[in-house]
Amino acid sequence: MRYLIIFSVILSIGCKEAPSKKESSEELIVENNFIEGLTVVDYDGLEPYLNKKDDRLHVVNFWATWCAPCVKELPYFEALRETYPNENIDILLVSLDFPNKYESKLLPFMEKYQLKSEVIALDDTNQNRWIPAINENWSGAIPATIIYKGEKRKFYEQSFTEDELKTELEQFLN
Amino acid sequence: MKTLKLFSVVGIAVLFMAFSTQPLSTGYKVGDMATDFSLENIDGKMVSLADYKDAKGFIVIFTCNTCPYAVAYEDRIVALDKKYAKKGYPVIAIMPNDTDVKPGDNMEAMKARAKAKGFTFPYLMDKGQKIYPQYGATKTPHVYLLQKTKKGNEVKYIGAIDDNYKDANAVTEKYVENAVDALLGGESVKTTETRAIGCSIKVKS
Repeated sequence: MRYLIIFSVILSIGCKEAPSKKESSEELIVENNFIEGLTVVDYDGLEPYLNKKDDRLHVVNFWATWCAPCVKELPYFEALRETYPNENIDILLVSLDFPNKYESKLLPFMEKYQLKSEVIALDDTNQNRWIPAINENWSGAIPATIIYKGEKRKFYEQSFTEDELKTELEQFLN
Repeated sequence: MKTLKLFSVVGIAVLFMAFSTQPLSTGYKVGDMATDFSLENIDGKMVSLADYKDAKGFIVIFTCNTCPYAVAYEDRIVALDKKYAKKGYPVIAIMPNDTDVKPGDNMEAMKARAKAKGFTFPYLMDKGQKIYPQYGATKTPHVYLLQKTKKGNEVKYIGAIDDNYKDANAVTEKYVENAVDALLGGESVKTTETRAIGCSIKVKS
């Protein structure tokens, strides 16, 4: 909502001072890929999230609001930080919702379930490039998950039960 | 016998790997011979590849009603059949989901969808889910392009229909069309395998 207000202010100032400003401020918003409350990235924008060189445990889940098994397992990911309060765990939920559904489906979903984990949306049609780049064995079915810490990394093209997810995660804990 | 033993050892090793690390990648690779089947069509008749005496091959597409990616491709699947059925490569669509898990993919729903979208090709139910695992399909939509040879139906291409699920007008590479055109021209397929996001095939948990 804040973005929208800032956006409107810029827009109105722009209009008063110079009509051409209106276009540039709109472009700026698009370039930064901000839809109010949602970060949208292409694969180049996503890649740094998948290769953080810190000593935290990273769990990256690929999902979409229309994917029933994805939605079913989301609470298990959401609960991880509470289950392991002494571990440094970062959860990233990468939405593969269609861009024309961000505002009608994805944002209302995030609001409704009050998602605590970071959510970003991946919008990159060149799937044949980024799917194998994420994992050579990934056929492209979701849900899919990456767990990594430093150099240790595992990829899962499957859905998890809560216990299965914990079992996998615990392999990364010291 | 030695081969059999070796095979079992490898088989067991693969089985363990499947639980520990990577997903098990089974199913066909390009160059394999694809199985025929006898599956029920939306008109109640059973359909097999062998029924198509004059076909040069088949565009087998695992698809369904309920997956947004599959839905996004429906018109393009119809277009593929219209363009290539008369040239000897008809579309054969197979719905692989368990319909208890996805009632929206049951036979009645399949009939309704096919009628609404004007499907010109068979839309078959993989009842018992025996066929898709043999092909190695993992998601919808998932294409297997087959060419009829003396030895059987040889897999020539596996993957996506094209490189833009979002917008048919923004497609830069029509993978399936390029592959079929190559086969029709007596050439080898350049891009034999592609990856795309799709909905996992639904099974009872």
